[in-house]
Amino acid sequence: MHEPGEVKIPIGPQHPALKEPESFLINLHGEKITAVSVRLGYNHRGIEKACEERTYVQDLYLVERICGICSHSHSTCFVQAVEEIAGIEVPARAKYIRTLIAELERIHSHLLWLGVAGHEIGFDTLLMYTWRDREVVMDLLATLTGNRVNYGINTLGGVRRDINSEQKEEVLKAMGILEERTKYYIELAQGETTVVKRLAGVGILSYEDAQRLGTVGPTARASGIERDTRKDDPYAAYAELDFKVITSSHCDVYGRTIVRLGELMESYSMVRQIIQKIPDGPISVKSPRKIPAGEAVSRYEAPRGEDFHYVRSNGTEKPDRVKVRAPTLANIQAVSKMLEDRYLADMPIVVAAIDPCFSCTDRLIAIRDTERKRKNTVPWETVRLKGIEWYKMQGIDFTSLNKKLTKIF
Amino acid sequence: MAKLLIQSLFKKPATINYPAIRSGMPKGFRGKLKFNAQMCIGCKMCMRDCPTGAIEIREAGEKQFEAEINLGKCIYCGQCVDSCLKKALEITSEFELARLEPDKLKVIFNAKTKDNPGE
Amino acid sequence: MAKALFHILIFPGLFFLFIFGFIAEYVDRKLYARFQNRVGPPWFQPVADFIKLMSKEEIIPEEADTTVFKLMPIFALSACATAILYIPILGERSIFSFNGDVIVVLYLLTIPTLTYFLGGWYSRSVFSMIGAVRGLTQLFAYEVPLFLCILASALLADTWSLSEMVTFYNHHLGYWFCNILGFAVALISLLGKLEKVPFDIPEAETEIVAGSFTEYGGRLLALIRMAFNIEMVVGASLLAAVFLPFGLNLHPAAIFLLYLIQVFLIIAAISFLRSLFARLRLDQMINLCWKYFAPLAFLQVLINLVLKGMLPR
Repeated sequence: MHEPGEVKIPIGPQHPALKEPESFLINLHGEKITAVSVRLGYNHRGIEKACEERTYVQDLYLVERICGICSHSHSTCFVQAVEEIAGIEVPARAKYIRTLIAELERIHSHLLWLGVAGHEIGFDTLLMYTWRDREVVMDLLATLTGNRVNYGINTLGGVRRDINSEQKEEVLKAMGILEERTKYYIELAQGETTVVKRLAGVGILSYEDAQRLGTVGPTARASGIERDTRKDDPYAAYAELDFKVITSSHCDVYGRTIVRLGELMESYSMVRQIIQKIPDGPISVKSPRKIPAGEAVSRYEAPRGEDFHYVRSNGTEKPDRVKVRAPTLANIQAVSKMLEDRYLADMPIVVAAIDPCFSCTDRLIAIRDTERKRKNTVPWETVRLKGIEWYKMQGIDFTSLNKKLTKIF
Repeated sequence: MAKLLIQSLFKKPATINYPAIRSGMPKGFRGKLKFNAQMCIGCKMCMRDCPTGAIEIREAGEKQFEAEINLGKCIYCGQCVDSCLKKALEITSEFELARLEPDKLKVIFNAKTKDNPGE
Repeated sequence: MAKALFHILIFPGLFFLFIFGFIAEYVDRKLYARFQNRVGPPWFQPVADFIKLMSKEEIIPEEADTTVFKLMPIFALSACATAILYIPILGERSIFSFNGDVIVVLYLLTIPTLTYFLGGWYSRSVFSMIGAVRGLTQLFAYEVPLFLCILASALLADTWSLSEMVTFYNHHLGYWFCNILGFAVALISLLGKLEKVPFDIPEAETEIVAGSFTEYGGRLLALIRMAFNIEMVVGASLLAAVFLPFGLNLHPAAIFLLYLIQVFLIIAAISFLRSLFARLRLDQMINLCWKYFAPLAFLQVLINLVLKGMLPR
């Protein structure tokens, strides 16, 4: 249904506004958006299946690499589920170290988001400033864990590295620097005219719509829903820390900015509490290689919202089924609602405001047979052969490429 | 904001002119692996726990073992260092490991090699 | 004849503008980087970019109109290069001056925007068509304040020739204070003409890839970027000639140095404003220009008319 004067433009899969591939087909009338259709799945790598071929120890590192920014979230969520099946009790010091790295990751993710939001509205100076401040956190994480992203600090039964008093001093110093800079960014978000003009009134999602569409994380909290897994279902050391859940009643992109900035300030205070309260003791307990049969579900508050892992084991070294539900999958449904009746210029910032991480999102393939109205699960090999045949029909043949690849590796 | 911009003009810039100036990584950064052939007993626990299959232990004589590490497959997680029963593996901070040919990425450590093969 | 060719091709024509364009781009990018606390590109970066683009292959989409596609960058470049011939650089008289050349310069500076529109429209790709339409819409917003401020200055000097305006302001040095409001409004409108943040809407990278220039590549893109640089130099020279006093009966070399300093000051102001603001939306920009800048420009015209009646000649 193509009205006269309407143009259909593809934003994605490759587009400078998007950091990861996804496809938004937008119907435009002049500068106004009339319809949006969302397609995902470009980042599917088959990680859930690959987890079943590897042992639990190897899976730790694989699950961590689902996403670069929320790597610790996925790793901790997975390890918590496995520890629950095996009945292992993690020592208190390990829980505190896990929480410390989790909050540092939240700080780094929110600073990154601030920069990306600045870039989407054409404010490159904010991008450069926030990413320079993010370097403070990255260097700190490299000192504490050994790497800037994909920290690899979790192991079955605890953590792998300890924290000494010199590192504690560095953490406290870094928090001081970052707190001062964040206060300046809060001023900037409230005071700078061009920024407020681009962010306020854009991407409105009312309280009822947010509940109905099932949004999580800062996207939901900016519409007034008070939902935070750290308070509702405490894990690691969160039950012993004192912090507030930040909500806002603005319901638009400006509200989401305020919520994330508020969460940054809360994280600084939480890190200080952790450094002060961390108990002495061992950092890990011995865990068996073969996990007994059972299943467990684990939730975690990633920087983008609620992350959900399900693990089922069958008594061997390798898991039977691992399922991951990332927060962006819950938030992406709301994008079509938010873009109703807005301008094309608002599209990048509205998509960026839910903090999309499509590497986390693309997980399952459910093939719905619309003719017979039944759901059909197709085995792995069949899907692979179907794909090769489809490409052959388009004129692309993989056999020669396969030979070259086996020679290299 | 305007004041901050003018101040930034006179501060030292936050970026550096790499590769003319190198700042290195903090202590404890996980980079290239190092293998001590004298301590290895050939139990192959490292091979069992490696997520990518980057390390391979082979016999190189009577009770002597050599390790071949594929720098391209290694994800520098350090699990092999934790799994090794005799502490024969060690992590260094070297991270500039790009090479022009894929064969040069396979590095062999045995009792006869010099201190840092694959440089 | 040979003298005319020398002026058109070497100084202050194409060769001088090319070199000056490279230097101006370097100054702009380096200042922009320093404001953001970064190191910035080395001095030869614009030359390197130009050489790299000239050596790349051009890919012209199948549905695009090849003639228009290829001709537009050349028109943009030549229009900007012609405009410099009427702006005084080495003293009070420009190379070819006549009564009414202010209007001709403003007209020549509008041609690049039209060529970007035509080039984008005839590329027939969705992103370039949206960018082209946005460019033309933006033209209606910033042209009026820019023209009015420059013409206000011409009104006070009672002449339509740029060279005679410069002579007038040199002889009555106090009068250039009357044009301060016009200078401020013209500087911000110049940001609109040069399509720099906060008015870089036709070329918004995060929304429509590259606007009108999405399909351009290789030699044509090199010419377009060169046209952008030269437009910045010519626009800054125009503002310097109209609003900043120089001439002053000094030695020609000193006048040239003064001209260079003024142009670099205006370019520094452009870099500063570029790093200070975020990008506006098209409807917000049109609101801003018609609600605030156009009335301010009218005010400047009124002030100048009143002063012309009151002050002695």
